Amino acid sequence: MNYKTKERENVIEIRDLKKSFGDNHVIRGFDLNVKDRESVAVLGQSGSGKSVLIKCVIGLITADEGTIKVLGKAVEQLNQVELDELRTDIGFLFQSNALYDSMTIRENLEFPLRRLRRDKSKAEIDAAVQEALEDVGLFHTLNLMPSELSGGMRKRISIARTLIVQPKIILYDEPTTGLDPITAGEINQLMNKVQEKYKTASIIISHDLDCIKVTAQRIVILKNGINYKEGTFEELKNSEDPWVSAFFNT
Amino acid sequence: MIQTKGQFQSAKRFLFLVGDIGQFTLRFFREGFHKPFEWKEILKQCGEVGYRSLSLVGVTAFIMGLVLTIQSRPTLVEFGAESWLPAMVSVSLIREIGPVITALICAGKIGSRIGAELGSMRVTEQIDAMEVSGTNPFKYLVTTRVLATSLMLPLLVIFADTIALYGSFLAVNIKGAVSFQLFFNQVFETLEFSDLIPSILKSFFFGFIIGIIGCYMGYNSKKGTEGVGKSANSAVVVASLMVFILDLIAVQITDLFYEL
Repeated sequence: MNYKTKERENVIEIRDLKKSFGDNHVIRGFDLNVKDRESVAVLGQSGSGKSVLIKCVIGLITADEGTIKVLGKAVEQLNQVELDELRTDIGFLFQSNALYDSMTIRENLEFPLRRLRRDKSKAEIDAAVQEALEDVGLFHTLNLMPSELSGGMRKRISIARTLIVQPKIILYDEPTTGLDPITAGEINQLMNKVQEKYKTASIIISHDLDCIKVTAQRIVILKNGINYKEGTFEELKNSEDPWVSAFFNT
Repeated sequence: MIQTKGQFQSAKRFLFLVGDIGQFTLRFFREGFHKPFEWKEILKQCGEVGYRSLSLVGVTAFIMGLVLTIQSRPTLVEFGAESWLPAMVSVSLIREIGPVITALICAGKIGSRIGAELGSMRVTEQIDAMEVSGTNPFKYLVTTRVLATSLMLPLLVIFADTIALYGSFLAVNIKGAVSFQLFFNQVFETLEFSDLIPSILKSFFFGFIIGIIGCYMGYNSKKGTEGVGKSANSAVVVASLMVFILDLIAVQITDLFYEL
């Protein structure tokens, strides 16, 4: 995972991001650059605003102040049509998977394709569904309902659903939370495989140090709503800062 | 003082709710009639709303016709007007009781289903997932359901009226020897288009309001599973109340045109 990222352009640029919910100032001035094909993990305590951060990136939550540029477009300045168009280049993996539970796996995967790529024929859509499911090793679940799958399988299907529109960026919200270590390891491998095959950039929100160690090239620690520390896994693990040290070595 | 402040807050919340529902309805008109249309989902929802409500509406309508006739008969007998029974019951059923009772049943069955379904999708982030994939969840979830309830409720009301009249015939037939043909001759001699058209038109609006309120409550659901329960409950309560308010307005308008 030693990609040369210096010469690549930024696909995500966050500047002085601020977001409050009432009196709760969750993000107080956060900055982040993510380069093309780079995987950046954002680490922080529960409730530190990590999920809020990526929801701001994709426009699900509107930031109070600051700018977010994704693929050169300022998210806060886009109208709904432009935002929807930008979102087709971004995959979002929800912590809860958010599979459509009244649809089969095939329908889950077809849902965005049928609406966003209306020029595609049925055969092309079938081929895309097959490819995405084979990438996550679950083609045999094609006609099952999400409720018939295990937690790990649902996570894989959720990844397949983000892949089907071939995004340039993937935002992972706690991809391994709630999974056993073996399944979590498989998801980590899958995330790396996806990045290699689809050449995606990604932001990974996680508490899982094993996940971050395997998947992220750079780690940014979010504490008290601002950038607290930044570095590679090894750099942060050997940090002399007591808080960082406690986080990495407890 | 505290009580006044509480009342002020309640009134403020109510006005915000009315405003929000108004905006939600405007969004339906903005997005509901623009391409692309979700035909497959509209048909599916028509099946869910219409076909799956047939048995409940049918049974309720049959009992409604039967009971109304049995209860009305003694009074009419007292005045020697027993022969007016088919005419009186049919006008009551077609003009008022059929549409309102069917709408209330649908507010309970369909309104709660839509409120709980969309509420559950909201709290499990399924609506967010649609949004972040660049698709339009409002068009897929809301417009399809509102169109389905608006289109299906008039059909359910026609079905309920028919079954209720059969129930009424049965009650008349049990108590006195009135033939099927005689009963329905009297019914059709009494009924006019001025009874049917307002009834069907107001059923359309009942369907619309049940769909809009159910979708609004579910789509804006908050606070986890507790929120889903509240959404389903509010969908039924507010939609039922709105059915009565709409009925009151419909009667006034009908009176202007047809002089009831």
